[in-house]
Amino acid sequence: MKMLNILEKLGDTKFDFSQTNTRRESIFSIGQSGKAILTAALPLGVIAATGASAKANTTSVAGAASTATVIDVLNFALTLEYLEAQFYNMGVTSGVIANADLAVFNQIRQHENDHVTFLTNTIESLNGTPVNSPIFDFTAGGAFQPFVLYGDFLALAQAFEDTGVRAYKGQAGNLIGSDAILTAALQIHSVEARHASEVRRLRTKNGLDTSKGWITGNSRGTLPAPTQAVYDGEQNLSQGGITNITSITTVSAAGCQEAFDEPLTDTQVLAIANLFIV
Amino acid sequence: MPYDYSLVLKQKELQTIKSQFIMKKENSPEVDFIHQPIGRLGFLKFSGAAVAATGLLVAGVGCKKDDDDDDNPMAEDLGSGDIGILNYAYALEQLEAAFYIQVMATPFAGMTQEEAQILGDLKNHEIAHRDFFKAAIPAANRIKDDLAVNFSSIDFNSRASVLGTAKAFEDLGVAAYNGAGQLIADVQYLALAGKIVSVEARHAAAIRDLLNPWSADFAGNDIIDGNGLDGAKTPAQVLAIAGTYISTPINASNLPS
Repeated sequence: MKMLNILEKLGDTKFDFSQTNTRRESIFSIGQSGKAILTAALPLGVIAATGASAKANTTSVAGAASTATVIDVLNFALTLEYLEAQFYNMGVTSGVIANADLAVFNQIRQHENDHVTFLTNTIESLNGTPVNSPIFDFTAGGAFQPFVLYGDFLALAQAFEDTGVRAYKGQAGNLIGSDAILTAALQIHSVEARHASEVRRLRTKNGLDTSKGWITGNSRGTLPAPTQAVYDGEQNLSQGGITNITSITTVSAAGCQEAFDEPLTDTQVLAIANLFIV
Repeated sequence: MPYDYSLVLKQKELQTIKSQFIMKKENSPEVDFIHQPIGRLGFLKFSGAAVAATGLLVAGVGCKKDDDDDDNPMAEDLGSGDIGILNYAYALEQLEAAFYIQVMATPFAGMTQEEAQILGDLKNHEIAHRDFFKAAIPAANRIKDDLAVNFSSIDFNSRASVLGTAKAFEDLGVAAYNGAGQLIADVQYLALAGKIVSVEARHAAAIRDLLNPWSADFAGNDIIDGNGLDGAKTPAQVLAIAGTYISTPINASNLPS
């Protein structure tokens, strides 16, 4: 229940919407005050997911994450899976999805529901308490109409999948030493990446974008400006201690950016997810 | 660890050693090796000596070569520890890069613009991965940069053969990184593996969609299990498959488990 309480608290967070922007344009924007509240509301274990110093305080001498940390990470993941599962459950039953794309979204829907079940069972097997599902508003207060406008549905699907990939990636280090859990998390992570690739290309097939299955630079394509938070940082060219990997390959900067996906911290992910949580 | 591949590898190595030194050539899958024994012997002797001389500098990090009597002196030793896993990834990226370079050098008849764009992107991504590992792994610990590949089973003029092979390689790459994650000790290397594996998964979905568009195959039930989990394979399982296409013998017996 802890995560739900946190997310409920986050639901009260006031974001810095400027007066000149519509809610839709600002929907993914979060001001400094919002970040501060977000950080304050998160438990140590979840914050540890992103901070090296915090991580050091919550890991054992052997370097393995504590069970409490692992459960916090799994509940964080479960919250995202609740969001995705309900989004696709509602999308499939709403009739908004083009017939040609139904096979794809039925498969994605199945996987997200499978992930909810799997994570719930895993948390219980660790004697943890799975968080309850938050209550979602996929219109984000009226900014989107994903179950009426197929373009909105596809846009949010892409944003959720690309966010999901970055979210799991950001948690991997927190699971080091918990071999079975880490492997399972990686196995979910790559499924989310398959989803992301497919949804991105479906948007192009539907004539809504020219996006490829992979992310070029920090481009959000034709997604609304507020989704930029989903793509910020993807333009990174510094990998593994090499300041700029274009210096060690003939591949272009764009190709190098596409070749490496980037993580998001839990705080960054929750800032995005919370916009759809009542 | 749920995996125990060391025994399997030891057996495979012994088989390879037998076939190469007792000259039971017909028992060995490494036909190409047999065809060029003198050049390789010369090279590897030199290479081994060079590594042995510099090996002390990296002791404790994970040596590429060791004095294990079971090692096949002809094989490229991936080494131990995180360096071993990096070399393992480097070998797979070399294979993928070589494959897509060939695909784009001799495109199959009727390759569509979309297919050319995707396969061209994949070539660039795999070259970037390959070049990254080459730069990231210290030369003294690194396997050779030009592993020999054997693509004789692939018909590069055939769309079905090329895309089918691409699908197999991408799915294999995903399962390889997923399975290797738990073998990595350093959180920075784990993060790097995470940055690469999701790109491989994006590739796999795109190739699968080219083969069967508007279907569930991009993340099909043949590869994703009932828990919604993607594949995860041990290095031994991966190398048993990749070995069909990498003719340079590889010794993975010193990898962490």
